[in-house]
Amino acid sequence: MKISDIKDPFVEARQQKGYAQVSDQDDPVTMMLRLKDVRKCAHNAKTFSSEDIPGRIVVPSEVNIRTTRQIPFEVDPPKHKGFRGLLDPWFKRPLEDDYKQKLHSIVDKLVTENLAGNSVEVIKEFSLVLQSRALTLLLNTPFEDSKLWISWGTHVFRSEGDALDGDKAQVLYDYLDEKLDEALANPSDDLFSVLLGAEVDGKKMSKEEAKGVLILTFAGGRDTVINAVSNTIAYLADHPESLQRLRDEPEIRGRAIEEFIRYFSPLTHMGRVVKEDTQVCEHAAKADTRISLCWASANRDETVFENPNEIVLDRKLNPHVGFGFSHHNCLGATHARQILSTLIDVFCEKVSTIDLLDAQDNIEHWDDFDRKVGYENLTVKFNKA
Amino acid sequence: MAKITFITQDNESITLEADSGSVMALAVENGVKGIDGDCGGVCSCATCHVHVNPSQVAQAGEASEIEADMLELSDNANEFSRLCCQIEITQDLDGLELTVAN
Repeated sequence: MKISDIKDPFVEARQQKGYAQVSDQDDPVTMMLRLKDVRKCAHNAKTFSSEDIPGRIVVPSEVNIRTTRQIPFEVDPPKHKGFRGLLDPWFKRPLEDDYKQKLHSIVDKLVTENLAGNSVEVIKEFSLVLQSRALTLLLNTPFEDSKLWISWGTHVFRSEGDALDGDKAQVLYDYLDEKLDEALANPSDDLFSVLLGAEVDGKKMSKEEAKGVLILTFAGGRDTVINAVSNTIAYLADHPESLQRLRDEPEIRGRAIEEFIRYFSPLTHMGRVVKEDTQVCEHAAKADTRISLCWASANRDETVFENPNEIVLDRKLNPHVGFGFSHHNCLGATHARQILSTLIDVFCEKVSTIDLLDAQDNIEHWDDFDRKVGYENLTVKFNKA
Repeated sequence: MAKITFITQDNESITLEADSGSVMALAVENGVKGIDGDCGGVCSCATCHVHVNPSQVAQAGEASEIEADMLELSDNANEFSRLCCQIEITQDLDGLELTVAN
């Protein structure tokens, strides 16, 4: 077994029952584990709702640390469509040439800086820095803003050893209030101002709604991107032949990115609230209880994926749900894909091999299931090409 | 060289020519509205959904089980639906007409 391997802890439960039950702060969760079930539940927004008390659909629940509704992902269709219609064009900007060039420059500079040194601790010195600097492009804010975001660490809601940290979350909320007030006083072309100036379904967006979009942007794309980047680096360090193959066959890089997302599944699962008594996998699901859509398990479903526990760099058919599925699929997916794509391009150009010096896994605990989601520490050395 | 015509939801008709690659890639490279191809063509995002002209279903071929499973939960799906990332361009496709589903 290699250090970068990520095991599938859900295999037995998925094969035997198709679901599992875990406890979460006195509000238990029934996890859906099979790909088709996950997709069907994700698509059935009437029975499995995202619109409940703010924070409840997230697992672990965030009801104790926020009252602001995250938009659009805590809004059900049809209302969801108006918000998504407003946000999609903005979040697709990473496909524009100008954006790509700026992102390339950010990644190239960071990799080049770290080629000179002996070693780099990837989580805090590379992935967090990359995520924060890239976020300035997504928000269209000054590059310098990234320094403050980097100082917050890898989580905006969590601190070391604490599942959820209300004080820490408050730092983000205070920051967003301040930035939104600034944007109200002096509108610019950043996302803060764009949201405050926007109308959805003929109604002006409120400050609270804008804040909800921004909390999602900061929190949803933080540890997920950090884990995706860090896991990719660990894998390429463990598999120098794969880095060489990506260098030799640029045409497979797009498929490799989708395969990394499938295999790593940066977000383990996302919850829904059951709106009416129903059944999931022949198991009763009562109204006002929660289920979760376990992307990580679905992405290893052996009835769909051949060799699900291997990274097949050029996997042609890859119907993964690493970015979710249906209405609420990941708003930041275009940005995340562009970050990974740029990172691989720069590595292929500038890095010959990556030495893996030290790694400590980051394990999530869900009752009977321990799932590796990334690393607490990952120290590597980038060797010049 | 196969000529393929895309009809967008705005009723714009675009005819493109190619001799290899996927129909999705051809559409994305030429900016056909409504074909995003977010996942690059691995059958994961369903953003390349088209309806094949009913008289040309045999020409386009049948969806695989994995593709059909994706289509089952896609908006606007019908018996003529395909994900065009799964249609490889060959000379046999010449004259194919596809209506963009979204």
